[in-house]
Amino acid sequence: MSDIRTAFQNGKAFIPFITCGDPDIETTKKVVRAAAENGADLIELGIPFSDPTAEGPTIQGANIRALAGGITTDKVFDLVHDLRKDIKIPFVFMTYANVVFSYGPERFMARCCENGVGGVILPDLPFEEKDEFSAVARQYGVDLISLIAPTSENRVAMIAKEAEGFIYLVSSLGVTGTRSEITTDLGSIVKVIRENTNVPCAVGFGISKPEQAKAMAGVSDGAIVGSAIIKLLEKYGKDAAPYVGEYVKSMKEAVMSAE
Amino acid sequence: MSQSKGRFGVHGGQYIPETLMNAIIELENAYNHYKDDPEFNKELTELLNNYAGRPSLLYRADKMTRDLGGAKIYLKREDLNHTGSHKINNVLGQALLAKKMGKTRLIAETGAGQHGVATATAAALLGMECVVFMGEEDTKRQALNVYRMKLLGSDVIPVKTGTATLKDAVSEAMREWTTRISDTHYCLGSVMGPHPFPTIVRDFQAVISRESRAQILEAEGRLPDAVIACVGGGSNAIGSFYHYIPDEGVRLIGCEAAGRGIDTFETAATINTGKLGIFHGMKSYFCQDEYGQIAPVYSISAGLDYPGVGPEHAYLHDIHRAEYVPVTDEEAVNAFEYLSRTEGIIPAIESAHAVAYAMKLAPTMDKDKIIIITVSGRGDKDCAAIARYRGEDIYE
Repeated sequence: MSDIRTAFQNGKAFIPFITCGDPDIETTKKVVRAAAENGADLIELGIPFSDPTAEGPTIQGANIRALAGGITTDKVFDLVHDLRKDIKIPFVFMTYANVVFSYGPERFMARCCENGVGGVILPDLPFEEKDEFSAVARQYGVDLISLIAPTSENRVAMIAKEAEGFIYLVSSLGVTGTRSEITTDLGSIVKVIRENTNVPCAVGFGISKPEQAKAMAGVSDGAIVGSAIIKLLEKYGKDAAPYVGEYVKSMKEAVMSAE
Repeated sequence: MSQSKGRFGVHGGQYIPETLMNAIIELENAYNHYKDDPEFNKELTELLNNYAGRPSLLYRADKMTRDLGGAKIYLKREDLNHTGSHKINNVLGQALLAKKMGKTRLIAETGAGQHGVATATAAALLGMECVVFMGEEDTKRQALNVYRMKLLGSDVIPVKTGTATLKDAVSEAMREWTTRISDTHYCLGSVMGPHPFPTIVRDFQAVISRESRAQILEAEGRLPDAVIACVGGGSNAIGSFYHYIPDEGVRLIGCEAAGRGIDTFETAATINTGKLGIFHGMKSYFCQDEYGQIAPVYSISAGLDYPGVGPEHAYLHDIHRAEYVPVTDEEAVNAFEYLSRTEGIIPAIESAHAVAYAMKLAPTMDKDKIIIITVSGRGDKDCAAIARYRGEDIYE
């Protein structure tokens, strides 16, 4: 089992998502450190993919910038190795099945293990396909994070029962990106999750404002934010770190204030 | 290790976001229910025969046969279908299925525009809303088809991401489907994507070989020696091959778009240059780099300009039941001009890839041998682009 559980031991968790190599590796290092120093409980590190089918335009843009900057899976592992020298909070990777498959699932999970990456989120790997990666992940103590969506309905219990690390609860239909409001009845989904597992669950997709993060953390164990952070990188580029730090601080305060 | 549903050897599967899983399961259940339903099949046959114009001709190309001086050549004339290509076979099946499922809206991706036009046509006929995603680059290459889709009452959304071609149109259609599922069916145009699409599309396209097998037995009293079709995602090819798969004596040959050549980066010949991967919902062969990043492929043909291939083709390749050969832009353009001049039939530039390989193969075969080439679509849509390729600018 990984260290992911520790992320949920400081009250409600705040989980920022950062695309590795956007716009370059040095900026990613600064941004990750700023997030960790300002209260992030777990950091979701994106390994860029050329065709990210679950992402909206903002994160697609980050993937394109990062790949144009020359990022590769090997460089991402080197980056994490460097970050691990001083950052203690858990890391998980978020990428697409082909990135892991082409690297070789065993080699990929072994390097996650060596570099202290506790989990992997693959949005194009549903419950039915997970065995292909989960057996080897488990062998290296890496959790394969399950996603549950508003459309999961009768599948929630089945997915929750086999969940590892934490459950990524998708807030609403569609791809990643900020939304003005989230109307899904997440409370009833979380209830079924709780009946079937004690693995924590955090809500992501569409969250950008502190009040949304507070509301989402209120019904679950934490909030995940991607596009809003990527927008800061889009706007400030190499100088984004202090802005991300400030944003993470406000979001962590918001989730901590959730009941 | 347990294998998920919809596998062809190691290929296939369902690599899609959780958000779409119940929609895919609903589709699979509906398809399993309706595929053997006499009422559904009666309605579909009625549409295929009295709307799309099936059965399509199996035409004996005597002049081409004489000119090439080898095997006897037959053309399976999918270009004569309503809307001008084989795409209508699949679309009428899926649109009818979607309607039975209570869906009121169709979304689709398109490369050359043939699948988009077919989907827009079915939507008009069956009174459904329709949105087609098309790479911006392709909307320029195939402006006439964009106009046709709009004329048929569909919205056409130009996709600007990535290489702005077919793969990006598929990605965008998948994204749209995750946003709006309850009233929307994703009418996928090829034998690709997550299960059950490769099976559904194959079954609807299998009408091509069901007819051609009966037609050649009627005309020649025997099966052909080779069946040749072009392969992008592979829907007309699998339809052309399907009913011959058990007939070991029939060579099945898929022609991939080599673009400027398989020794260049400007190619879309997936089986010839790609490797095993996971993308767009399936495990299959893909053009990609060492880190699994999908390659920006190229072909003169917008319909074959795709970095993957359907999982059943990947499997037929693995078990050596079908052969997949590369055909360059130049060879395809020559064949486009050759068939027009020789038989008075202007093939789609996609289909011209199959014609090109037949032009190489036929002279090496004895005169008592038989080749069937699937002419998957008509070439009117390509005339401006081919003229441009030859250095002539014409105004449509």
